[in-house]
Amino acid sequence: MTSTFSRREFLVTGISAGAGLTIAMQLGCSPAGPSGPVTTPFVPNAFLKVSTDGSVTVVCGFSEMGQGVLTAVPQLVAEELDVEWSKVSVEQSPAGEAYFNPAFGIQGTGGSSMVRGSWTQLREAGAKARAMLVTAAAARWGVSIDECRTEAGNVMRRGSRDRLSYGDLAEEAASLPVPETVTLKDPADFLILGKAVPRLDVPDKVTGKAGFGIDVQVPGMLVAVVARCPVFGGKAARWDEAAALAVPGVRHVVTITSGVAVVADGYWAARKGRDALAVQWDEGSNAAQSSARISAELASLVRRKGIEVRREGAGSAAQAGTTVEAVYEVPFLAHACMEPMNATAHVEADHVTFWGPIQFQSDPGGAFGGGAREMAARIGGVSTDQVTVHTTMLGGGFGRRFFLDFAAEALECSKATGTPVKVVWSREDDVQHDFYRPASMAWFRGTVADGTPVSWVNRVACPAILPGPPGGLDDSSVEGLANFPYRIPNVLVEGHNPALGVPTGFWRSVGSSQNAFFSECFIDELAAAAGKDPFEFRRDLLDNAPRHKRVLETAAERAGWGTPLPEGRARGIAVAESFGSYVAQVAEVSMNDGVPRVHRVVVAIDCGPIVNPDIIAAQMESGVVFGLTAALYGKIAIEGGRAVQANFDTYQMLRVQEMPVVEVHIVPSTDAQGGVGEPGTPPIAPAVVNAIAALTGERIRRLPIVS
Amino acid sequence: MTTLRINGQTHTVDVPEDTPLLWVLRETLGMTGTKFGCGMALCGACTVHLDGEAVRSCILAVGGLTEDMEIRTIEGLSDDGSHPVQQAWIEEQVPQCGYCQSGQIMSAVALLEKNGNPSDSDIDAAMAGNICRCGTYQRIRRAIHKASGGAR
Repeated sequence: MTSTFSRREFLVTGISAGAGLTIAMQLGCSPAGPSGPVTTPFVPNAFLKVSTDGSVTVVCGFSEMGQGVLTAVPQLVAEELDVEWSKVSVEQSPAGEAYFNPAFGIQGTGGSSMVRGSWTQLREAGAKARAMLVTAAAARWGVSIDECRTEAGNVMRRGSRDRLSYGDLAEEAASLPVPETVTLKDPADFLILGKAVPRLDVPDKVTGKAGFGIDVQVPGMLVAVVARCPVFGGKAARWDEAAALAVPGVRHVVTITSGVAVVADGYWAARKGRDALAVQWDEGSNAAQSSARISAELASLVRRKGIEVRREGAGSAAQAGTTVEAVYEVPFLAHACMEPMNATAHVEADHVTFWGPIQFQSDPGGAFGGGAREMAARIGGVSTDQVTVHTTMLGGGFGRRFFLDFAAEALECSKATGTPVKVVWSREDDVQHDFYRPASMAWFRGTVADGTPVSWVNRVACPAILPGPPGGLDDSSVEGLANFPYRIPNVLVEGHNPALGVPTGFWRSVGSSQNAFFSECFIDELAAAAGKDPFEFRRDLLDNAPRHKRVLETAAERAGWGTPLPEGRARGIAVAESFGSYVAQVAEVSMNDGVPRVHRVVVAIDCGPIVNPDIIAAQMESGVVFGLTAALYGKIAIEGGRAVQANFDTYQMLRVQEMPVVEVHIVPSTDAQGGVGEPGTPPIAPAVVNAIAALTGERIRRLPIVS
Repeated sequence: MTTLRINGQTHTVDVPEDTPLLWVLRETLGMTGTKFGCGMALCGACTVHLDGEAVRSCILAVGGLTEDMEIRTIEGLSDDGSHPVQQAWIEEQVPQCGYCQSGQIMSAVALLEKNGNPSDSDIDAAMAGNICRCGTYQRIRRAIHKASGGAR
């Protein structure tokens, strides 16, 4: 387990969980339960419960957005408890201190942090419960605990056929003290950790029973659709409230912080009511902003000295050799979670209940503006212990649901109307009112001599997601650039964080999503200038970066790097570290009327000791698709201070017919653990663009590729 | 009043005729397995069957439906996930976030009921209208082949 989280990870990371709460909807992770009089007496800590029938319920404080936490958390607990996987179910925690990551003091899911953060804590939770069950069995038999061992949910007496099930022991174990310390299993004895056990959330995700935020139904609930100013930062000036109220089913029109909300019996009436509002906007100070102006500003900044984040040798001093100069640019990107933003709230005089698909439950210190619990208390005018937060399934997250603007809308609407209210965003609302992956530009000047790079000068201009320290940069804008892995004697890296009038947020893999594209393409340009093979050129510069080197070599070998391909195809390679994991990818690409077709992607990942190889494979497949979608099509253009794209016709997604074959190779590793939700995304754009350069000789430096 | 035949049962609902079937299923009848994704028939999250054809319920006004039309939703496949396509989805561990999967499965079932052994290009044609933002397409393809009994 690593404790060296960066400041940014601090903000987006957290363990969550809470005491066993029955939420009002089915999360969809429980096996069919027995119908007899089963009780659950043994609740040794916040993370697990043992019933008299021997079934085990693990309580997960992280948000499930597809990355597999509702399976990985139970794997960690169940391994040390020593129970059969078929006996394990999972439930979602409420917001509660018990589930805060002790290192961060917030409850939130992000930064690909779960396994790194919880590896020891959750295993200890299972091991302590196991020790208590063993103690209970030893007492029953009147023997020493040394004469007992455990196996598959039973305590066994050594040298005899005596056995007691955990269910039999649950009541007695509950009366015992929780041990202070406990010995964890030797990884060689793992039966569940490191194994491709089936996901607990899958069965209810194939029947439609899994409960997402948008599926919440509360008695007496109304549905709200909100009119927000299309120009970022603008406000509603005038609107036709009577026209909205004339729509059958519309009950209220209320003014909230984000705009004007139409509250109705259902979505369709609310949507028609919003259309009828015909709001006149006060567009504010961003109304003239545009992609052209943004590009010009970024281009001007990358020519000016910025804040230095890395210097080696002679810095930017000119070196003898062949010099290459290039400017790369990427646009803003929306998250486009399949489940549009939504939240449900019931604000009462002395209690607030909140339901929602959120990545950020609690932030009691308020350092980051508060999570859902603190927001509910503030808007509802109650204390945080008068707030109940139900985290639902998330229909995608990707960083978007760390930002709780949609939650505030539900809370404000419920407070204004006195009824439970579910706010539902349209797809257009979702694409046009996001916290976008920042637009960014990077300038490079590199020099090669005698076949090797001797100078690397890089300046990036990228808006901050969170403001950096005084005089410093937001780490995310230079992550992957400030710490690029190649051994080059003279280096200077600088950055700027301009304010561009467009909301920015965490987008799967954050700064690495664009910075790996910049640096892994430019290193390819230097390889070409040096007349070297791009794989060999990289490998020879990675002597001080063994984990990069190992995944690079693995991906190249598995992809058959250097072996012949069918006519019209070429390979490209890229490697990047993000969130503590090391990922290399080789893409095989052809061109068809100027549009790239990616046939195959070979992925090698080193993420340290693993929890579930099939979830890792799935996350690599997913990360490749997410990054490839952005590389091919992703662009939020800004005109008149607003987002141009609105729905999937203009904000295009990769579809099944474009899906490459993705092969995942997990490099066995006992090094420090990294995450898996995000690190699959950064290498795909440069791998594809490098393949196109190898195929056509043309170097693409501005994304998306297809315009 | 509109009378609808859904999963073999008759429902009479009192909603404006321009209301999309999606919202009648989800809000009037509480059948929330069918999802809202785009409202413009662009993403397939709302896919249901109308007389055996995969259709996008987000643009299907209920006023145009009659009780002799058979509507089938994800809830109509099975209550316990035992339909062969659901089983294949479980075996291949297809879902991640899971939000699009009701629509994916309904499109796959419609395909397989017409074509018991689809090729990759048949799958592409039938599934092109269903977006998965988690990128589960490779597993969807495998699951459809598995459900069809195909060797691949």
